[in-house]
Amino acid sequence: MAEPRDDASAFLPLPLATFHILLALADEDRHGYGIILEVQARTGGALRLSAGTLYRSIQRMMEDGLIVEVHERPAPEHDDERRRYYRLTALGTRVARAEVRRLAELVKLARAAGFAPGRA
Amino acid sequence: MDAYRALLRLYPASFRAEYGDEMRAVFAQRRREAGGGLAAARLWLEAAGDVALNALRVHADLLGQDLRYTARTLRRAPGFAATAVTVAALGIAATTATFSITDHVLIRPLPFAEPDRLCALWQDQSPGGYSRNEVSPANYRDWKAMSGSFDAMAAYRRLSMSLVGGGDPEQLEAVSATAELFPILGRSPLLGRWFAEADAREGAPGTALLSHHLWTARFASDPGVIGRSLLLNGEPHTVIGVMPADFRFPSRETEVWTALRFAEGDFQDRTDTYIYVVARRKAGLSAGAAQAEMRVVAAQLERAHPDENAKVTATVVSLRDQISSQARLLLKALFGAALCVLLIACTNLAGLLIARGAFRRSELAVRTALGAGRERLVRQLMTESLVLAAAGGALGVALAGAVVPLVTRLVPNALPIAAVPPLDLRVLGFAALVTIVTGLTFGVVPALRASRTDAAEGLRDGVRAGTPSERLRALLVTAEVTASVVLLVGAGLLIRALWNVQHVDPGLRTEGVLTLRTTLPLPKYDGVQARHDFYTRVVDEVRALPGVTQAAYITGLPMVMRGGIWSVDVPGQPSEPGRGHPVSLRFVTPGLFDALGIPLRAGRDVRLSDTNDEAFVAVVSASLVERHWPGQEAVGRTFTVAGRARTVVGVVGDVRVRGLERASEPQVYLPHQQVADASMQFYSPRELVVRSSGDPAALAPAVRRIVTRVDPQQPVSNVQTLAEVVASDTAPRSVQVRVLAGFAALALLLAGIGIHGLLAFTVSHRQLEFGVRVALGARPADILRLVLGQGVALAAMGVAAGLGLAWGMGRGLQALLAGVSPRDPLVFGAAAALALLMTAAGSVWPAVRAARVDPRAIMRAE
Repeated sequence: MAEPRDDASAFLPLPLATFHILLALADEDRHGYGIILEVQARTGGALRLSAGTLYRSIQRMMEDGLIVEVHERPAPEHDDERRRYYRLTALGTRVARAEVRRLAELVKLARAAGFAPGRA
Repeated sequence: MDAYRALLRLYPASFRAEYGDEMRAVFAQRRREAGGGLAAARLWLEAAGDVALNALRVHADLLGQDLRYTARTLRRAPGFAATAVTVAALGIAATTATFSITDHVLIRPLPFAEPDRLCALWQDQSPGGYSRNEVSPANYRDWKAMSGSFDAMAAYRRLSMSLVGGGDPEQLEAVSATAELFPILGRSPLLGRWFAEADAREGAPGTALLSHHLWTARFASDPGVIGRSLLLNGEPHTVIGVMPADFRFPSRETEVWTALRFAEGDFQDRTDTYIYVVARRKAGLSAGAAQAEMRVVAAQLERAHPDENAKVTATVVSLRDQISSQARLLLKALFGAALCVLLIACTNLAGLLIARGAFRRSELAVRTALGAGRERLVRQLMTESLVLAAAGGALGVALAGAVVPLVTRLVPNALPIAAVPPLDLRVLGFAALVTIVTGLTFGVVPALRASRTDAAEGLRDGVRAGTPSERLRALLVTAEVTASVVLLVGAGLLIRALWNVQHVDPGLRTEGVLTLRTTLPLPKYDGVQARHDFYTRVVDEVRALPGVTQAAYITGLPMVMRGGIWSVDVPGQPSEPGRGHPVSLRFVTPGLFDALGIPLRAGRDVRLSDTNDEAFVAVVSASLVERHWPGQEAVGRTFTVAGRARTVVGVVGDVRVRGLERASEPQVYLPHQQVADASMQFYSPRELVVRSSGDPAALAPAVRRIVTRVDPQQPVSNVQTLAEVVASDTAPRSVQVRVLAGFAALALLLAGIGIHGLLAFTVSHRQLEFGVRVALGARPADILRLVLGQGVALAAMGVAAGLGLAWGMGRGLQALLAGVSPRDPLVFGAAAALALLMTAAGSVWPAVRAARVDPRAIMRAE
């Protein structure tokens, strides 16, 4: 098994699905379907993760130590027995931040080159 | 929902166990949202694509992980990795090399259009001893007209032609063929055109096609060669085409094709059989049907020509099957032996992996404790063995590629195929298949065993709990010994057979004799006097060379020219119809018997004075005397051969004309001058035999110079010593023996390694037990005996089983054994002794190590 790499920059650039899953888990722990709904909501319906992509990403992110499964369950009225909840790790947070920095750098470069977002 | 569950089976089990429920829950949710109808159908389609794609990715992820892990573990055990790769490489190399030859010779379709429908037709004269005889032009013409089974039928004859033009004069293997040959084979020339009917008409200008080899070697691949005029056998021929590189017909030695012409006179004598017939069977018609029809046609011809065609029928043979059953059996035996080596290699590898698995129990137990499921462990271990097999496969293919060109003697000359089998995709595909099967075979049992490890037990016991795997390994080692004994017996039997064959007396004295061929072109040398002048000048000058003791000419060399059979008539001894009294007929110049070392038993040699104006004479071999005048004086008797009554003037020893392994017809030698001009040219002497007191090969340049002086346009070919001629008669056999002996040695070595590995492993596990035994008063010699005994017991079981198998197998080899009994006690004894010795050698070191056990050190360690 691959050992978790600690250096956040080693994960960059992040696959799109991975980045969105990290963002979706930023504010609270979610189960798989919750992640799909959250990503869909955040992107205004533009990105609908498929089950296959989601769980393959989750498996890799767990192995890499970006997320963990949590065993505390939410309040019983919201809980669904079959569901497993995922949470961002400290490494996951660092990786997400590093990716944001990378993207910001890119945007800065693009601006300098005359590509200004929003004013196409 | 069941359908989705089934879809999820595309994922690895470990992934399914982890996320399967959740994925189903997500899918159920989506279904509820989607509703029915078209939307549901779209959802299903999407889901199927999604699962298939991502399952593939997850598999790839796992493979990547397993490969990285394998690379790490193998780097940590370089000795194990190197041993395993070498063992796998040896097994795969042996199998791939023999496959490439066997496939090349026996299986691969010939390089012609629809080769299955191509066949060769022969005159079947089995009552006379020839089941595949050449065909007479008249019979060919009638077969063609009367049969309905073939799209087309062509005739060709093989001849040797001198080529003048574009370099030194050269003697070439040539074929004269009728125009139908190329359409039948379905190939067209690389350059130029094939013959048309007009080329075969009497009086038409001569035309020729060149082989690709001749075109590149002699004409530097010049396309301008088309239209050029060459002298073939002294006659001008215009080059009309060049054949492609992979066109070989009828054999790879053919360099020139010319148009076959028949004169009306050629159809007179149906017993004059010298042409070969090929045909393309009609589509949808079975080989059996064509054969049946030809038998009917031949029976009609026999009724129409009761004398000439007595007991002559026709046989139809697939072009692919034109090789002897011995050559076929030889290859099959080698392929079987190679599979045996592969099996031993796999067994050995399985043993290695089991031992390694036992050592890795703690590691595997840790991984199990960390949550790796059994499926993941098996997958990991299988990846490891497949990686080892793949490395072995790559090395093995390289090894096979290096070895195959060394054993091309196994490829018979009689087939229209290349001398060296190609190492192409087909062979590589086979090697890949063998590699995968190898990896699975030796990997699966150890992987299943190792993964069965109960985590708690593995952690507690560490390395020690090896007993069941030892039993399994003992079984594997026994199997290895068994297989190597079978190979040893096979190799031993064939070695004895080769020894027997090589000790057959050829009837010649081979040492100090040089032979070379000067095929005299026609019509330049049609006349007896022209030939006589050439022979006399060459022979006289050669005899004057220092060291030369004798020189003479003969029609063809024994074992090289096996045909040239003629029937003799002996007064008062009628032969059965269709059988005749066959003899091997040769024309010679004086001194031939001395030159070849054939003993003169009675009477005299032929003389220069035996000319057409004198009494016709013959020298015969002892077996002819035995056949016709047993126990009587032969000199002075008269018989008829080659159209003339001739008187026996001398009796000589018999020669193995047909080779060391076959019976030969009695020989009749005639003085070369006692023949009419322009007749029996097939029998004109062309082989010069030179006996010398020194190194015969060193004479070749001087003899060549003499020939060139006598006739500057006369090519010299086939320069070889008589010893080489005799040796090449047994060459395929000796190559086979060498390959098989190599396989047997390899097998023995692998079995020895296997036994050594097992005992070394056992000893290191039983240290404590040995320590206790010594502490309780056992002497080192007792321990030594204990361990050695275990090795010998395994070996003895393997040897017994191997001898039993070989006992049953030997009869299949009988046709290759040249009279050696397939149950030869000497060979069986030697094989058993060798195998026991080898296994004992493998056991000694572990036994000595066991005997040196120091009980105090062991106790302290515990």
